[in-house]
Amino acid sequence: MDLSSINPVLFVAGFLVAATPLIFAALGELVAEKSGVLNLGVEGMMIIGAICGFATAVETGSPLLGFAAAAVGGAALSLLFAFLTQITLANQVASGLALTLFGLGFSALLGQSYVGVKPPRLAEVNFGPLHDIPVLGPILFSHDIVLYFGFALVVVVWAVLKYTRAGLILRAVGESHDAAHALGFRVVRIRTLAIMFGGACAGLGGAYISLIRVPQWTEGMTAGVGWIALALVVFASWKPWRLLLGAYLFGGITQLQLNLQGAGVAIPVEYLAMSPYIITILVLVVLSADKSAAPASLGRTFHASS
Amino acid sequence: MNPPLLALSGLTKAYPGVVANDDVSLTIAPGEVHALLGENGAGKSTLVKMIYGLVKPDSGVMRMHGTLFSPQEPRAARAEGVGMVFQHFSLFDALSVAENIALGMENAPRLGVLSQKITEVSEAYGLPLSPDRIVGDLSAGERQRVEIIRCLLQDPKLLIMDEPTSVLTPQEVEILFKTLRKLSAEGTAILYISHKLEEIRALCDSATILRLGKVVGHCTPSETSARDMAEMMVGSTLKTPLRADKTPGGVLLELRGLKAKSPSAFGMPLRDISVQVRAGEVLGIGGVAGNGQDELLAALSGETLSAKDMVWFKDQDIGPLGPTARRALGVLTAPEERLGHAAAPDMSLTENAMLTGAVRENLVRGGMLNWPAARRFAEKIIQAFDVRTPGPGNAARSLSGGNLQKFVIGREVLQRPEVLVVNQPTWGVDASAAAAIRQALLDLADNGAAVIVISQDLDELMEISDRFAALNEGRLSEPRPAQGLTVDEIGLMMGGAHGMEVAHV
Repeated sequence: MDLSSINPVLFVAGFLVAATPLIFAALGELVAEKSGVLNLGVEGMMIIGAICGFATAVETGSPLLGFAAAAVGGAALSLLFAFLTQITLANQVASGLALTLFGLGFSALLGQSYVGVKPPRLAEVNFGPLHDIPVLGPILFSHDIVLYFGFALVVVVWAVLKYTRAGLILRAVGESHDAAHALGFRVVRIRTLAIMFGGACAGLGGAYISLIRVPQWTEGMTAGVGWIALALVVFASWKPWRLLLGAYLFGGITQLQLNLQGAGVAIPVEYLAMSPYIITILVLVVLSADKSAAPASLGRTFHASS
Repeated sequence: MNPPLLALSGLTKAYPGVVANDDVSLTIAPGEVHALLGENGAGKSTLVKMIYGLVKPDSGVMRMHGTLFSPQEPRAARAEGVGMVFQHFSLFDALSVAENIALGMENAPRLGVLSQKITEVSEAYGLPLSPDRIVGDLSAGERQRVEIIRCLLQDPKLLIMDEPTSVLTPQEVEILFKTLRKLSAEGTAILYISHKLEEIRALCDSATILRLGKVVGHCTPSETSARDMAEMMVGSTLKTPLRADKTPGGVLLELRGLKAKSPSAFGMPLRDISVQVRAGEVLGIGGVAGNGQDELLAALSGETLSAKDMVWFKDQDIGPLGPTARRALGVLTAPEERLGHAAAPDMSLTENAMLTGAVRENLVRGGMLNWPAARRFAEKIIQAFDVRTPGPGNAARSLSGGNLQKFVIGREVLQRPEVLVVNQPTWGVDASAAAAIRQALLDLADNGAAVIVISQDLDELMEISDRFAALNEGRLSEPRPAQGLTVDEIGLMMGGAHGMEVAHV
């Protein structure tokens, strides 16, 4: 066992990368749930985003176009969910599960000719002299633009939910759709937009896995990150900052256990592999002692009676 | 003459199978307090929803100040100066007072500025309210103030109020009326919907009466008796429940220092309740909603078990017994919530009759269900209580609120209870059905049962109770003979005005 083989700087830089897909997916789900929609199809939207982004990046040679396509792909799939739950008033849990199964299968079909292909690499942002700062430089200023975008999106979502009228209306719809309807807000339209935002974010998260983190395409490569994102939203009590913390924690322990495995620690690999899930959930359960934060209309079907 | 503030002519709105409004016309002048009267399903709510832009009329025109007024959505109606205070509050529990008010405004200012305005307006109208509080923590009266202030901040020309007093104590009602009179004096017209005829007589300048979607008459409430108005609403002569003179028998149910925690986090614990109920007696229990009514019913039905020596039926301590054991003894209850508590919404009436009637009506033998007997029992309830439904095979959900209420009360009454506890027996039920339910409860008492009626309708309690007590913060006041109690005394028993002050006019 040789713990000195773990480079702390590379480790921290690595966990920021590991956390980013989770941040995107969970943030999108957070917005959807704040509007009162429980979309269990995060995993399916992520994997569709992963293959849409991967294929587009390979065909056009532009990773950024790939990310754009991933967002569009995720949003398009979420539109199916929006149609089922908001227009035909189908059960949200069943529709979400179906969305995940459909996404996994459909992405495998789309990705058949992309197995073993290498995608174009997204360049790091050039911060000039900042990059040369010891320790901080490699940790904070050696990443691609999408990672910074993910962090910025957390700030934006937090600010919009807290300080803007649009955010207030979104929260109001999630809190009581009947009351919101009585005040004249378009519940179905607002929820559909929130679902699409969730889909686009999940798509970006998926593409971050297939284009940056892994970078290659294999079937089912999101490997349950969508489910962790769902759990993260609940345990983060629907608060963006807590969600960021949970995502970093999860990313950090994922990275740590990989490093430990590499260093040959005498703990069975299975325990190391499960540790990120267990520790993240434990920490967030403790944090989420104030349970009242769930949107009151979460998962309830809205049907305007008048 | 100036054109009226609002003139409706020939408004018609049909839903599949029912014409909710048929050729309705009425006019409201600035500063007028206009009452809209009618039974459940008479079309009052549909009419005000059309004025507020939530529903579009099929035909007919609305004019405001003589110009055509056809709001496509509530936003447009609000822009024209129409405000509405809803029957079921349209508030968001998890948001603060200021956020709730901002949601109902078109051009909401920044929260800081808005909070200051809320404080100003609330003081001007004697409705104190702190803008930072979370609405979920407010009492019903305070929630209503949030709605009213939300409307007032937009300088409404017409304020629509849908059954505003059903959740208030008499003192709070008085304060609300002072506020409304002040508004009316300033030129704001008020369209006021209520079932409570005495309130309308005290407050309103004119009234329009709807029956089955049609206007059946206008009157001046201060010059018309409540009885005449009720008969115009119903379209037939109204029977007042009769009660025979009687002397109460022995004590059937006794509570000795009953204490119980509330099963829900926001509930009210019961604190040291002691009372005796005798055979042949109706005990009325009033109080503002949320002061322990649901908890008291649960403690009496056996849904929450009590410690030893707290609940006695005749000579038996029934505190530790569950609902089925209590039913077998003859202690029956009918809770307030019709769908989901008193009845299972998606089960048929036969199945619902089976659910509470199984023990006393012998509908179960050796664990096997006796369907023919259950159907006969359900049919008996339907017939005896005039429940309007195609048959006992229909789902409980398909009945209108009033009809289902008749069914769930009838189901208990027909099981020959010795003690019957009902919560809000005529809630949302129209006048003639309410009279029938009250008569059934009185008949039950005349036949020697002890009846406890928990209700927020004081007129109802005064009409049928022998003794009256009030729940306030989980404590029960000393019961007093109902005859001769004044509204002021009742209000004080219910806990006064909850810190509200009278408008500084």
